Amino acid sequence: MLYIPCPHCGLRNETEFHYGAEAGVAYPDPNMLSDEEWAKYLHIRSNPKGWLAERWVHFAGCGRWFNLWRNTITHEIGPVYLPFTTQPKSPANIGQEDSKA
Amino acid sequence: MTEVSFSFDDKVYKGYHGEPLAAALLRNGLLSITNSTYHGRPRGIVGLGVEEPNALVQLVSGTKESMLPATVIEVVEGLAARSITGVGALPEIPDEARYDKTNRYIDVLVIGAGIAGLKAAEEHLLAGREVLLIDDQPEPGGHLRHLGQELPSALNDIFKHTNLTYLSRCTAVGLYDQNYVVAIERRSDHLGNAAPENRARIRVWHIRADQIVLAPGAFQRPLIFANNDRPGIILSHAAATYVAKHGVQIFKHAVIVTIDNQGYRDAVRLHNAGVKVQGIYDARPSATGPSLDAARVANIPIHFRSTVLDTISNSEGALKSVIIQNLDAHETFQIAADLLAVSGGWTPIVDLATHIGIKPIWSEEHAAFLVNQFTNKLHIAGMLAGGFGEDDDPKVFFGPELNAEQSLCAYIDLQRDATLYDLRRGVGAGLRSIEHIKRYTTIGTAHDQGKTSGMLTIGALCQLNRDLHCEKSVLSPAYIGTLSFRPPYVPVPFAALAGRERGALSDPIRITPLHQWHVEAGAIFEDVGQWKRPWYFPKAGESMEDAVMRECIAARNGVAVMDASTLGKIDIQGPDAAVFLDRIYTNIFSSLPEGQCRYGVMCKADGIVFDDGVTTRLGKNHFLMTTTTGGAARVLAWLEEWLQTEWPDLKVYCTSVTEHISTIALVGPKSRELLGELVKDIDLSKDAFSFMHSREATIDGIYVRIARISFSGELAFEINVAWGHARYIWERLWALGRTYDLTAYGTETMHVLRAEKGYIIVGQDTDGTQTPYDLNMSWIVSKKKEFIGKRSFQLPYLKASGRPQLIGLLPENGDEVIPEGAYITVLNAQPDKHGKTSHIGFVTSSYHSPELGRAFALALVSNGLQRMGEIVSVPIGKKILNATICDAVFIDKENIRRDS
Repeated sequence: MLYIPCPHCGLRNETEFHYGAEAGVAYPDPNMLSDEEWAKYLHIRSNPKGWLAERWVHFAGCGRWFNLWRNTITHEIGPVYLPFTTQPKSPANIGQEDSKA
Repeated sequence: MTEVSFSFDDKVYKGYHGEPLAAALLRNGLLSITNSTYHGRPRGIVGLGVEEPNALVQLVSGTKESMLPATVIEVVEGLAARSITGVGALPEIPDEARYDKTNRYIDVLVIGAGIAGLKAAEEHLLAGREVLLIDDQPEPGGHLRHLGQELPSALNDIFKHTNLTYLSRCTAVGLYDQNYVVAIERRSDHLGNAAPENRARIRVWHIRADQIVLAPGAFQRPLIFANNDRPGIILSHAAATYVAKHGVQIFKHAVIVTIDNQGYRDAVRLHNAGVKVQGIYDARPSATGPSLDAARVANIPIHFRSTVLDTISNSEGALKSVIIQNLDAHETFQIAADLLAVSGGWTPIVDLATHIGIKPIWSEEHAAFLVNQFTNKLHIAGMLAGGFGEDDDPKVFFGPELNAEQSLCAYIDLQRDATLYDLRRGVGAGLRSIEHIKRYTTIGTAHDQGKTSGMLTIGALCQLNRDLHCEKSVLSPAYIGTLSFRPPYVPVPFAALAGRERGALSDPIRITPLHQWHVEAGAIFEDVGQWKRPWYFPKAGESMEDAVMRECIAARNGVAVMDASTLGKIDIQGPDAAVFLDRIYTNIFSSLPEGQCRYGVMCKADGIVFDDGVTTRLGKNHFLMTTTTGGAARVLAWLEEWLQTEWPDLKVYCTSVTEHISTIALVGPKSRELLGELVKDIDLSKDAFSFMHSREATIDGIYVRIARISFSGELAFEINVAWGHARYIWERLWALGRTYDLTAYGTETMHVLRAEKGYIIVGQDTDGTQTPYDLNMSWIVSKKKEFIGKRSFQLPYLKASGRPQLIGLLPENGDEVIPEGAYITVLNAQPDKHGKTSHIGFVTSSYHSPELGRAFALALVSNGLQRMGEIVSVPIGKKILNATICDAVFIDKENIRRDS
């Protein structure tokens, strides 16, 4: 069972949360999209093996939505951030950009 | 040691309080205690603990638990058990023992109180950390206990430390992500009759630890040879412990076969306890070490490059003699023995580590899989980490080569009676993966989950691969890998997991403020989510059909009353509330005048109907939304999700008020008249208070909000009142209603009434694939504004012809109510060449209507709206019913009654 750091309530068991799928998929202007693009928004997510930014809601606690990085293989939890704040770097990329530079 | 009496298979024996039942049975001469499940062969005790593959017994005393290894049961006065073959019987009486659970958050959890675990605990305690130490034995010490030795005093001292919590008889059964462990603590069985009455028999521990030390130790493993299952063939460490520690004196002549130095130590223990050790047969070419020196001092004959090939039984099926094979010359000879003590090497307990996906690594040096994957949160200690001690030197050897006939009785999994022959058959059938072979042969699928058989299977596979001249890559266990173990590590009674959440406590029960009235009125209840709702109110002698018929007639012709308090209710306030509702509902709410109500449908972004209900505008910035009874929580979550994650700029606040406001529906042509006797401060007339309007009023000084909302199609008033006043209002209505023949009705009548009117129930008349268009509700879809789901209506598959559409059905035979869920075909549909008949839809709601005097139904049928008047077939088993498709509104299409 995941141990999830709610940004408002602290570490709590996974059973207090609901999962909200991939983070950062903003609701688009529906009328600007082709059928294909709209269907993609509805149904297609990146589903990576590894680090993924996800939405969670602490439904049995403060009731607030937030985002976090989670490794889908190891279930390691990375940085946690609030909606409409800057997404922290993926833990997978930390250190990599320096070496590129 | 206190002597006590216990019974086994209805015979009374003497034993010592606290010793394993296995030891007591052996001391009493019970070498064979059961017959094997499939082959019916006599079997005895093999191991020392939870790894025991043979000696399952059923408790007859206490909770009568159905399958426990005799090696883990502690003898107490009055203990009664019986032997079983494979499966025990579930007791016929419920388990009334108490079970509970607890949570613990701790700096360090140490699993295993052997030397390695104790040392780890000591280190963490010295570093100032709080430590929880759990161990499945009655006392700490691990193997030292089996040897009858005391703990070193330094380690004994840790038990005085205030930062240590030590739990004996506590088994970690699952290791999960982020250092979460579930453990079960057995708290009362070992106390027998002395157990305090209310003590929980098992406590389930939910532990979250900053750091975990895994020090589970190891099991000794057997070897594969012909007839290796006879009573008297015992793991050497177990045999030596039963003899030397527990005083078992039934063995006179022992033979030891070994692949490591452990066999020598056990030989010496047996020798010192007075057993004549005929010889040690060691598969290795040579060996050295203190254990060998000790065996030589004891004058025990030692033979290298030798092992056991086969055994011979006496007339009872127990061991009589051992056939030894020289591995170089392949010569065999026979020795008489009543004990064959087998040391096949150690198998560290990798189970918990594999629960979280760690792959154990093969070590040729240890002839075992070890875990060397650790983090700063999860540490591995003791034998699991390769700490086998200096004097061990095991050889990778799982048994001699056997011919086909020998392999038929060379057992790998004793509980499953799975043999080397079965394994060969699996490989012969083309199976290579250990996981496939497990499922094909059933090896490792019994109560012990392969604790002794798993490693033997891997070893035997390597040998088979060698015989088949397979590629080099599959000749070592390193390439085969271990089985994936899953929680629980040992069987856990369901009663323990259920704890106290049984019966009435298994799920919260929600009741309305009128519940007690319904109970007193003799209502029959149905569960709607967690709610108890009256289903119908039978009078004396009435069947359900009679009651529902009477209730329907009252609502249609007189006046009837229903408790609608379970409706989900969400109070929505804020300057942007109207804008918000416009985005949520498919229809417009910003244009709704204050004091009026509107029915709304909400969709998910994919255009599929998600919930519906009536929302009332109480003020400019204040709405009260109602949802379906089951949908309240999900709708509130849905609203919050959009407000928090997409539209934080909207100033809107949503509050659940389901249990603040009780709703009483007063329904029927005489409802106005009856209500008029109670409500004097507002005009209830048709012109002053029309359909879909809401008014504030008082009843005997109690504030109520009355709305002309109708889920029945009749003239109706919904009285909303504070939860605590509902019973008073209801009683007042009831008292005044006597002269009107006021009738209480339940959910079944509500369903009939709403279906007659063609009102849907989301989740009953929809299956999660319908748009508002499919439900013939194009009128509710606004063209003027944007809302969630609108874009999806343009998607080709939602516009396509052939979509299921909600229609009505009139069965040809008006007396026949079609079962809900029944498939619908075209008239007289014929099966295709495969015998399949294709359907065009299914029945969603179906009732007998007193108003129509016949059966009717609602259904979802492909292109249903274009099929009006078409006769279709509904196959029910061998019978075929015909029915005519019609409009889904069966009564009062012009809404004259509703608006009256």
